[in-house]
Amino acid sequence: MNNDGKLSGSFSCPIPFTSSDTIQPGHGGGGRMSRDLISDLFVRVFDNTELSRGDDQATITIGDQKLAFTTDSYVVDPIFFPGGDIGELAVNGTVNDLCTSGAQPLFLSAGFVLEEGLPLEELSKIVESMKRAADRAGVSIVTGDTKVVNKGSADKLFINTAGIGILDHDYDISCRNVRAGDIIIISGTIADHGIAILSRREGLSFTGTIRSDTAPLHEISRLLMETAGGGLHAMRDPTRGGVAATLNELAQSSEVEFRIYEEHIPVHPAVTGACEMLGLDPLHVANEGKMVICVTPEKAEQVLAALKTHPLGKDAAIIGEVFDEKPGLVSMRTRIGGWRIIDLPAGELLPRIC
Amino acid sequence: MRYLDEFRDPAIARKILAEIKAITSNPWVIMEICGGQTHSIIRNGIDQLLPKEIQLVHGPGCPVCVTPLELIDKAIQLASRRDIILTSFGDMLRVPGSEKDLFRVRSEGGDVRIVYSTLEALQVARDNPDREVVFFGVGFETTAPGTAMAVYQARREGVKNFSLLASHVLVPPAMKALLSSPANRVQAYLAAGHVCTVMGWKQYVPIVEEYKVPIVVTGFEPIDILEGILAVVRQLEAGEAKLENRYTRVVRDEGNIKAQEIMQAVFTTVDRKWRGIGCIDQSGLRLAKEYTQFDAEYKFAVSDIEVDEPEECIGGLVLQGLRKPTECEAFGTRCTPQTPLGATMVSSEGACAAYYNYQRIKVTR
Repeated sequence: MNNDGKLSGSFSCPIPFTSSDTIQPGHGGGGRMSRDLISDLFVRVFDNTELSRGDDQATITIGDQKLAFTTDSYVVDPIFFPGGDIGELAVNGTVNDLCTSGAQPLFLSAGFVLEEGLPLEELSKIVESMKRAADRAGVSIVTGDTKVVNKGSADKLFINTAGIGILDHDYDISCRNVRAGDIIIISGTIADHGIAILSRREGLSFTGTIRSDTAPLHEISRLLMETAGGGLHAMRDPTRGGVAATLNELAQSSEVEFRIYEEHIPVHPAVTGACEMLGLDPLHVANEGKMVICVTPEKAEQVLAALKTHPLGKDAAIIGEVFDEKPGLVSMRTRIGGWRIIDLPAGELLPRIC
Repeated sequence: MRYLDEFRDPAIARKILAEIKAITSNPWVIMEICGGQTHSIIRNGIDQLLPKEIQLVHGPGCPVCVTPLELIDKAIQLASRRDIILTSFGDMLRVPGSEKDLFRVRSEGGDVRIVYSTLEALQVARDNPDREVVFFGVGFETTAPGTAMAVYQARREGVKNFSLLASHVLVPPAMKALLSSPANRVQAYLAAGHVCTVMGWKQYVPIVEEYKVPIVVTGFEPIDILEGILAVVRQLEAGEAKLENRYTRVVRDEGNIKAQEIMQAVFTTVDRKWRGIGCIDQSGLRLAKEYTQFDAEYKFAVSDIEVDEPEECIGGLVLQGLRKPTECEAFGTRCTPQTPLGATMVSSEGACAAYYNYQRIKVTR
C-alpha cells in the first residue's frame, strides 16, 4: 500500500521460462512435459509409423504373424514398497503394456543397472520376485544384461524390461479407436500405487493400509476381449500421470470428448484422505494394475459384470461416457453438480514412482 | 470417510444452494480470503451453481503468490551455492524468479530438497553438520508456527548450520488494506478457516466494527463453503455486519495458544511488502533479535538484492478481487502453469491456476 492508502495495482512478472534447455523432473512425470518431449524429440527423430501411433506398444508384422513389442524402465524409490517391489513392477508394467493391445505376452528381457554397494541379498529378493511375477503372468524372462556403475551414479538399481507378445485377434483395440457413445469403465480403485509409494517416503506413515496395486492384467484383457469382442475399442493401463493422463491421451488420439462423473470413480477412502492432506488429485496419481476401458454401450453392462467376477476387477465401475462435441476435452461433473476440466498434470507430481 | 464425505454430500449441497437462491435479491461481491478456498470453489464448480447475483472474488491468501520476487531471487542465489542445502515446500520450486526457478537451479547441480515440514528441514541440518541448511519458508499464520518451532528447536539444540529465509505474513492487515482501498469492491469476507485454527477468530472483531462488513469463518469442503456463503448473504440481505464462525468443528474461539506463543517468542511484527499489492503496515513477521543468527539473509549477506518488477500480468489485481483471471489477455495463451507470467498461475493455491486447471474452457452444462 502507498502512503496515500491506495493499493499499488502492479504485479511482478518476470519473463516466463517458455522452454527448458535441460531435462527437468517433469519430463518424466507422465504429464504434458513428458508428452511434449516424446512427440517433439523421439517421435520426430525416429520417424516411423509404428512409433507415431502413440500406443503403449508397437504392433509389428513378421511374415504372417502380428506381434506386440514394448519396453519400459523402472527407477522407483524405494525399491521395496507396500504391496510390491521394483522387480515385480518391472515385469507387470511391461506385461500390461502388451496386454493393452490385446496381445498375449510371451517373452521378456531384463536389463539391470546396479549401483556399487547394493546388497546382493536385496538383488536376490528382487530377482526372485521377478520370477514369481513372470510365472503369474505366463511369461519367461529369456534374455538380459547387467551393468554396474560407481556408487552415486545410480540409486541402488534401475531395471529395464522389454516384452514381446502375439496378437491373435483382428479387433482394432487402440487409443485412436474410441467413438462417441462409448462407455468408460475403470477396473478398480484409483491412485493406490502412487500413494503407497509416497507413504514409504519422507517419513509419511499415515497411509499404512494402502498397498500398491501392481498386478498383471493379462487375464483382465482376455476377459474383456472375450466379453466385448469387437465392441472393445480401447484399453489402457493408467500409470504415471494417472487416470487423468490416460483419459486425455485417449480423447485426443481419438478426437472425442470424455465426460466422467466424480461420484462413480472408485477411490479407497484412505487414498482420498491422503490425497486431501497432500493436495494431490487422485486422478493424477499413478496406478500399476488398473485398466481404463472404452466399450460400445451395448456391451458395457456385460463387461462390467464380467470384470466383477475377477479379483482384479471387483471394484470396477462405469465412470463416464464419450461424446463428439468438443474433441480432445475431458471434463468431470463434480459430486455437488458443477463441471470442471480434467487436465494432464503439468509436470512432476511425485518423482520416481515407477 | 468421516469428516470428508459428509462435507461433499450432493443432497446437502442442493439444499443449501436452494436456500441461497431463495434469499438472494441483490447483487453481492464476496471475497474468499484463502487460495485453498478458491481452488475448492473452482474445482467443485461452486461458482457455476450460485445465483448470478452473487460474485465470488478471490483473495490474497496464496502464500506463494504474495511472496516478493526478490525473495525468490535470494533463494535461488542461496541454492546455487555449493555449501548450502536449500529446503522448501514443493510449491516454491516452480515459481519463477527474475531469471530462473529453483527446479532449474537443482538441475544445474544446486542441492534443493522438498520437505513436508520445517522440522524435517531441521533434521536435514542435523544430518549434514558440515553443510549449511536453509529453510525457505513462506506462508501465513498457518505455517508460521511450524517455522518458529524449527528455529526455536535449532537454538535450543545449538544447531548452528540451520537458518531461515522467510517471508511470513499476516492476514488481518491485508483484509484491512483491501477494504481501505478506494477501488475496493468487496462487500463481505469468507475468512480463512485454517488461519483461524491457529489465531482464533476474535481477531476480526475490529475489522467488522470499523468497516461494517460481514465476516464468516469458513472451511474448505464444498458444504463448508456453501454454508459460509449462505451465512454471508443472509447478513448482507438483512443489512447486517457480524462476525460468525461456520467452521466450528475445527476453529475454537481462542485458537491454538501454544502456536501463538511460539510465534510471539520467535517473531516480531514488521511492515512487509506483498507481491502485487504493495507494502502493508505491520503485516509481516521477522525473527526476533535473539534469533538473528538464524536469519539466512543476515548470515549470508543476501539482504541487498533489489529487483525491478516489470508490470505485465494482472495477478496483483486478481489477488485484490479487482479482476478475474479470465479477464487477463495472457490467460491460457502466453500464461499457463507451464509458462507462468506470475505466481498466481504457478501456485497450487493461485487463482489463475485454479481457473486454468479446472475451468479454462466453459464446461457448464
